[in-house]
Amino acid sequence: MRIASTFKIALRALRRNKLRSALTALGIIIGVGAVIAMVSIGNGAKAQVEAQIAGLGENVILIFSGSTTSSGIRTGWGGAGTLKIEDAEAIRREIPAVTLVSEEVVSNAQVAAGNQNWFTRIYGESADYFDLRQWALADGAPFTSQDVRSANKVCVIGRTTATQIFGSEDVVGQVLRVKNVPFQITGVLTPKGLSSQGTDQDDIVIMPYTSAMKRVLGGGTTLRNINAQVAGRHDLAPAQQQIIELLRQRHNIRAGRDDDFTVRTQEEIAATATATTETMTALLAGVAVISLVVGGIGIMNIMLVSVTERTREIGTRMAVGAHGRDILTQFLIEAISLSAVGGIIGIITGIIAAKTIAAMKNWPSLISPASIIVAFLVSTAVGVFFGFYPARKAAQLDPIDALRYE
Amino acid sequence: MVDSSAAVAVRLEDVQKTYRTGEVDVHAVRGVSLEIARGEFVALMGSSGSGKSTLMNILGCLDRPTSGRYFLDGDDVSGLSRDELADVRNRKLGFVFQNFNLLTRTSALENVELPLLYGTVRLSNAQLRDKAERVLEAVGLQGRGDHHPSQLSGGQQQRVAVARALINDPEVLLADEPTGNLDSRTSVEVMGIFQDLNAKGITIIMVTHEPDIASYARRNVVMRDGRIVSDRAVTRRFHATEELEKLNELPPDVVEPTVQP
Repeated sequence: MRIASTFKIALRALRRNKLRSALTALGIIIGVGAVIAMVSIGNGAKAQVEAQIAGLGENVILIFSGSTTSSGIRTGWGGAGTLKIEDAEAIRREIPAVTLVSEEVVSNAQVAAGNQNWFTRIYGESADYFDLRQWALADGAPFTSQDVRSANKVCVIGRTTATQIFGSEDVVGQVLRVKNVPFQITGVLTPKGLSSQGTDQDDIVIMPYTSAMKRVLGGGTTLRNINAQVAGRHDLAPAQQQIIELLRQRHNIRAGRDDDFTVRTQEEIAATATATTETMTALLAGVAVISLVVGGIGIMNIMLVSVTERTREIGTRMAVGAHGRDILTQFLIEAISLSAVGGIIGIITGIIAAKTIAAMKNWPSLISPASIIVAFLVSTAVGVFFGFYPARKAAQLDPIDALRYE
Repeated sequence: MVDSSAAVAVRLEDVQKTYRTGEVDVHAVRGVSLEIARGEFVALMGSSGSGKSTLMNILGCLDRPTSGRYFLDGDDVSGLSRDELADVRNRKLGFVFQNFNLLTRTSALENVELPLLYGTVRLSNAQLRDKAERVLEAVGLQGRGDHHPSQLSGGQQQRVAVARALINDPEVLLADEPTGNLDSRTSVEVMGIFQDLNAKGITIIMVTHEPDIASYARRNVVMRDGRIVSDRAVTRRFHATEELEKLNELPPDVVEPTVQP
């Protein structure tokens, strides 16, 4: 009986001060909303990074020219041209676990067709690249090993490049001029969207690396990197080791000297990227938790004001038979109601905010049921925690003083 | 400890109350013994500082005596805990205050129901409402249950407070300056309600400093310096109905507060 009627009393009190109750709950609404939105955006970003790393292909090993651990001069990945075409061929030939290899060179160039032109990235790859990256074509066909061997003037383009140059025209079979060299377009890639760095992955031209080196880069024999794929996940580590040994031997690096190349497995890259997004998620959640605490302090503040303002009411209630415990419960329920209702509205707001931001940024938003439950429980706990002190203050009032309070 | 005389509502035995403020002891009540029988209407009088408010707090179970004993309805309540005193207040006492102490923005009915919410008896919403409506009717406020205090006159607010005090059928109705915030006509009306209730057998103890208001009671107890200095029956008692008639006969501008000749 007492709990039920105390509930009734507390809710009546909140209804008497609708605007104040709403404003107080607003602190929690914003806090919980921020938690839900931040966590789901963080999770969405993480999922997207994971998807992109998976998009590299399965069981991929990346070999970059240059070393990040080089003593003395640090050149960074792809910095110094130490990888040769012959290195890639040696890997293909001598390491049995490696199933696919793609030599890669990269350049930026102005491309044109008709009276349209566009500045885009040019990737030189082997014919294995599309299998290795599991990048299917939306239209047409990829170039062949024969095209690579003969350095034919053929290319495959991304959706963005296609739209910029040709509009809605059918592009397969058209001619694209790259640095004034005409290339025949054999296919259009399926769109991949934005990368985690925000670059458009569909703004691209892919051609045989031989053609790129000869006709776009203007000579040279060094590769930016080599992409390799092994048969299974268990082959990754041994293959990585074998590649390192092979390349050290080929580059005549004596024992004790640093590599002039870097070998990374996809798992290592994934781990780094995941750690980054997890840090970001934790940071966002931390900011959100701070706003939740600020909301809680808002509740405490209003409850303290409310206790002072309603001192006579408390005295009256005590005079007609309320125990200290009844008063404590009443004010606690008021605080918890504010924070719990704020929590529910905050969850809805947070979901809407997460969906909106995700839609604007073209990100997936992952709203986990766990984060909703946790947010609700935390908001209720905030009510208990920040409501307790004012409620206890009310419960400990002396009825005589409270009745005379002006 | 049960008192032998069932007709006694309130008995104080050498009650003392001492407040300690810093180094000085303030003796607010210095040994008061008092017996009030069921059905009495007592006015407790005295100037400010006489100890009447302290005594009223003890009678109202809001405060405990430093020494001495207090029997309410035969039970010794002088040694009860805070929560036990709250239960005694809920079951056996009804309070009427000078400033009404009604909950604002809360309907008259809900104000009247308040003591029931803290009672030990489980009542349905319908029963609560029914009971509250009946006591409101008893104080002449039938149909005003949905009004908020701000929509009621001072006299009506005090009647709501009286209804709230009555809802648990108290042993004693305690009124602390019940007419202090009311004009003379409304004061007489409230006294009329008190006299009606007293006629139905309800024990009333009322603190007042106005001699004419005290004359509506049956017995006047006067305190000074923490002691009872006078305790006598009212010889020329005012009757609210007669006084109201007199007020109605006089033109409004010559209405004098009724003074005893």
